[in-house]
Amino acid sequence: MSTADAHDANRRDFLYIATGAVGAVGAASVAIPLIDQMNPSADVLALASIEVNLEPIEEGQSITVTWRGNPVIIRHRTAKEIEEAKATPVSDLPDGLARNANLAENAPATDENRVVDGKEQYLVQMGVCTHLGCVPIGNEGDYDGWFCPCHGSHYDSAGRIRKGPAPENLHVPQYTYVSDTQIKIG
Amino acid sequence: MSGHSTYNPTNPVMKWLDDRLPMPRLMYDSFVSYPVPRNLNYWYTFGGILMIMLVSQIITGVVLVMHYTPDTSMAFDSIEHIRRNVNYGNILQKWHAVGASFFFIAVYIHIARGMYYGSYKAPREILWMLGVVIFLVMMATGFMGYVLPWGQMSFWGAKVITNLFSAVPFFGEPIVTWLWGGFSVDNATLQRFFSLHYLLPFVLVGVVILHVWALHVTGQTNPTGVEVKSGQDTLPFTPYATVKDAFALCVFFLFFCAFVFYAPDYLGHSINYQEANPLSTPAHIVPEWYYLPFYAILRAIPDKLLGVVAMFGSILIWFALPWLDTSKVRSAAYRPIYKQLFWILMIVFFGLGVVGANPPEGWWITAGQILTFYYFAHFLVLLPLVGLLETPKPLPSSISDAVLASNGAKAPAAQPAE
Repeated sequence: MSTADAHDANRRDFLYIATGAVGAVGAASVAIPLIDQMNPSADVLALASIEVNLEPIEEGQSITVTWRGNPVIIRHRTAKEIEEAKATPVSDLPDGLARNANLAENAPATDENRVVDGKEQYLVQMGVCTHLGCVPIGNEGDYDGWFCPCHGSHYDSAGRIRKGPAPENLHVPQYTYVSDTQIKIG
Repeated sequence: MSGHSTYNPTNPVMKWLDDRLPMPRLMYDSFVSYPVPRNLNYWYTFGGILMIMLVSQIITGVVLVMHYTPDTSMAFDSIEHIRRNVNYGNILQKWHAVGASFFFIAVYIHIARGMYYGSYKAPREILWMLGVVIFLVMMATGFMGYVLPWGQMSFWGAKVITNLFSAVPFFGEPIVTWLWGGFSVDNATLQRFFSLHYLLPFVLVGVVILHVWALHVTGQTNPTGVEVKSGQDTLPFTPYATVKDAFALCVFFLFFCAFVFYAPDYLGHSINYQEANPLSTPAHIVPEWYYLPFYAILRAIPDKLLGVVAMFGSILIWFALPWLDTSKVRSAAYRPIYKQLFWILMIVFFGLGVVGANPPEGWWITAGQILTFYYFAHFLVLLPLVGLLETPKPLPSSISDAVLASNGAKAPAAQPAE
């Protein structure tokens, strides 16, 4: 028996290691599909872009459109709101970044960087509070902009966080002007 | 306390079964002959009540699933269908919804009892920690269940709570997208919550079995906090504890039924009778009442990540309770200072609930911050210090001594009959 044991030792070690390795690879290859199935499915990913006509939005009016299941706020800002937003120095802002998907990640949160040049009256931004995802209410709050009813975040007239628990400015989604009055979001 | 089994089946069929699968023996030893301290009061009946509540939620839940549709276009209507069309549906649906509230009422009393009588202390740390796990799984189950009716509060509650994970550094956004299965709370989210809401109660059953197992290894605590020393200190579970538990359960169910029959929506939010609208957040969103104290802690801290850490920390800190409490004496009955701290903690916890129910404005923010500070100070500063500084009252030498002493003081005439 003892001679047989010594003889089998290498074979047994090999079997242990080989079985363990196959088991580990097997567990990982089972785990990946089980976890990844929870990520957005192909049909959700396919709903990528919408077009919006800005013409009917009067000055001082906001509309909300749905993009990828989330509200997008489009506001035709008044001259006073634009002026206030421009007058605010970036150093006064809790979040100094523009959070504009159309610009570089480190673009500063000036009013110019929140809108498109020459179309500064139209502010296009996600209606998703950067704190915990509620929809901020327009024409509310202490800064002539938006107020989130859930946990009391105040955004200014350029959608930048000014007071409250939200860490970031309202995000500006990727969008382009396809004509003078038509934008494509996504 | 788990001594030798006294199960001795006389019926030949039971004897035959006992030799092959001693299931009846396990039941007999656990729920009939099992010795319990003779001085357990009614605060000790909530463990049994909780087991019945879990079974009640599972039964009503399984029945509701026969009529519910987990699809955003039909979920809201299918709940109304249950309440209006299904035979006895209005009672069954309310029983399940109000049942969640009463499950939490019972669990809060059960946890408070454990804190008052020092049930978490050695050698019951594992028992206590399993209890904290049960509470966490209960919270997850309750949260996902509340999303299923797909009302306004369901939707926005789900959005806010899942968004908590976006506070995780670096991986926040991918985690939230993964939880949602999309870019917002939507059909994919509803369906997975439904799946997990069905699964987790059975996980609870498993952890409850471990909880009871751990309980039966160490034995129960009792109001004196003195360990059982002899057979004189105990009574058999049946009939003594069984009847006491059953009586308490009946009284508990009286209150439960009063709510189910006469005020089924009192503990909920009327706005949840509005179908979910992803484009409009209700003016005032709050979670169900049983999450309010933790919600208040979340909002007390003006930083997203730290707020989330504090909220989870306020429960996770209970895991460390056996080691944070430095006193050797278990029961608050013999700890004059801890007893006062316990009641202050209860008031603070209730106060946090009130703060959580109110909008995060002005004075409420300050109140929430003061209470949150005290909550953590209680566990991290006061408990360790009081255990070292306090002079406890003299402990009775045994449970039976304590029982006889109080009986003797109250009714000496009854003494001989004992």
